[in-house]
Amino acid sequence: MTRPSIRIGAGAGFSGDRIEPALDLIEHGQLDYLAFECLAERTIGLAQAARALDPQAGFDPLLETRMRRALPLAAPRGLRIITNMGAANTLAAARKVTQIARELGLSGYCTAAVTGDDVLDLVLAGDYPLIDREGTSRDLGESIVSANAYLGVAGIVQALEQGADTVITGRVCDPALFLAPLIHELGWAMDDWDLLGQGTVVGHLLECAGQVCGGYFADPGVKDVPDLARLGFPYADVARDGRAVLGKLEGSGGRLDSMTVKEQLLYEILDPAAYWQADVCADFRQVRIVQEAPDRVSIAGGKGQPAPDTLKVSIAYHDGHMGEGQISYAGPGAVARGRLAIEIVRERLRLIGARVEDLRCDLIGMDAVDQRGMGGDPAEVRVRIAGRVKDEASARVIGAEVEALYTNGPMGGGGVTRSTRRVLAVASCLLPRAMVQPRVTMEVA
Amino acid sequence: MSRILRDVAHVRTGDKGDISQIAVIALREEDYPLLLSSVTPERVGGHLAGLNARLIRRYELPMLGAVNLVLEGALRGGVTRSLALDAHGKTLGAQLLDLPLIVE
Repeated sequence: MTRPSIRIGAGAGFSGDRIEPALDLIEHGQLDYLAFECLAERTIGLAQAARALDPQAGFDPLLETRMRRALPLAAPRGLRIITNMGAANTLAAARKVTQIARELGLSGYCTAAVTGDDVLDLVLAGDYPLIDREGTSRDLGESIVSANAYLGVAGIVQALEQGADTVITGRVCDPALFLAPLIHELGWAMDDWDLLGQGTVVGHLLECAGQVCGGYFADPGVKDVPDLARLGFPYADVARDGRAVLGKLEGSGGRLDSMTVKEQLLYEILDPAAYWQADVCADFRQVRIVQEAPDRVSIAGGKGQPAPDTLKVSIAYHDGHMGEGQISYAGPGAVARGRLAIEIVRERLRLIGARVEDLRCDLIGMDAVDQRGMGGDPAEVRVRIAGRVKDEASARVIGAEVEALYTNGPMGGGGVTRSTRRVLAVASCLLPRAMVQPRVTMEVA
Repeated sequence: MSRILRDVAHVRTGDKGDISQIAVIALREEDYPLLLSSVTPERVGGHLAGLNARLIRRYELPMLGAVNLVLEGALRGGVTRSLALDAHGKTLGAQLLDLPLIVE
C-alpha cells in the first residue's frame, strides 16, 4: 500500500553536526523519516583505524549521543531513522542502538545494519585503475587502510521492507539515505530514471541539513540570514509524482528560499547533466525552483539516465606524516619579520638535513588562503609552516624549528602552536556492480 | 565605480578530490548574460592566479541563471593530502566575488 506523499527530514549534514535542530524536527516536524548524513570521504578510513584498536569501535563517535536523545522522541511517533553512522563497523553500531533501545524500554525496537560496502578484500585481491589520478590500486600496496563501495538504495529499501525502525549503513551514496524511503513508501520503480533523478535532487538538497536553510550562506549586508544562531534543519514533503516542497519549522532560524536552494542544488556538482549515483545518473539542468510561501520552496524537474554498471570505491591509505608550526607577528614590519622567519626555518631544516618531501610556508593574513595576490599591510600576520614527511619524528622537527624562533628568530614572535598528524589520504576506483551485494542484518530490542 | 561580481551574483564553493567547484548564481535572472560574459574560465583563472588550476570548465545553467565552474587540479592533490591551510578551497568562491564585470 503506497502513500500519496511522505515527509523526510535532515538530522545532520556531517559527523559533528548540531543535534538540537534534529530533535526539534522530530518533536515538531510531523516527520515520517529522519536521515542523519554523517560520513565524509575520509571518515571511514579514520573509523577503520579506531576499529583496529577496539573491535567494538569504528562507528560514528556521536552515534550514542544522537540515538539516546532521538529515540525517546522518535519511537513513540513511529518516525523511522536512516543513517550512515555505521562508518567502519555497521554491525556494532546496530548492536549499540539496540542496547540503547533496551535501556529506554523500547521492547521490540528493530534496528537494521546494511553491510556489503566494505570491499577491502576485493580491492586487495585485484588491481583496479585509480580514477582520480595515475596508477592502480596495487600501487598503494600495504598502505591501504580501507576500501568501501558507494552502495545505492537496495539494502536500505530491503531493511525498511523488513520493518526496521532504524536503518544503519556504512558507505552509501549520500542522497540514497533520502531516496530509499521515497522508493519504499511511494512505490517508485528502480528503473523509473526520471523519478530516481528527481528523488536524488531532493536527497542532494537535504543531505547537508542546515546548508539549504541559510547555513554557509550569510554575507552581512549582502545576504543576511535571520537568527542564524538558531538555524533550523530542513524537511521535504515528497509526492508520488516526485514533486517536492522543502520546508523548515516555523520559528526556527535561517531562511529557505530560491537563493539558498540554488546554492545547495549546485553544491559539489561537477557536470550538472550527469550527477553519477549508484542507482541513477541524475540530470539537474531542468530543475524548477519556486518559492511557494515564506520558507516553503517547491522542487520539480529533476531527470535521470540509467545507473552505471560500476560502483565508485573510496580507498583510504596512509600517506606519511605532516608536521606543522605557527607563530604570530604584529606591529610595524610584521610582514617582513614573518617572511624572515620563514626563510630562517627553511634554511635550518636544510642545515639539519631534515627529510621533508614537501614544505609549504604561508603568512596567514597575507597569502595563506588568498589566491589573488592583493598584498596590503595587515595589522598582524601568522607564519604557518607545514611539511610532509615519512615519520612522526621528522614531523615533530618542523614544529620544533618554528618554536625555536622564540629565542633564535626575528623580534616579537608570539603564540607558537605545533602539531603533527598521520596523513590518511583517499583515492578512488570503480568496481563492477555485480561484485558488490548489500546485506541486511536485523537486531531486535 | 566599476561593478564587481558581488553586485550581481552569489556563490557556493565545494570540492571533490583535487577539484574545486564554484557555483556562480545571478541574483536577478536578467543578469545571467553578465555572468556568461564576465565569468569565463580564462578570467577566473586570471583572478585566482595563485591556484594554477590545470583546467577550468564552465557549465551553463540558463534555467537556474547560474554557471558552474569546475577547477581541476586546483587543490594541491586534494583535501586529504594537501598541505594548504584551506585544503578544501572553501574560501575560493568568496575570493571570486571581486572579479570586475565586463559590460558589453
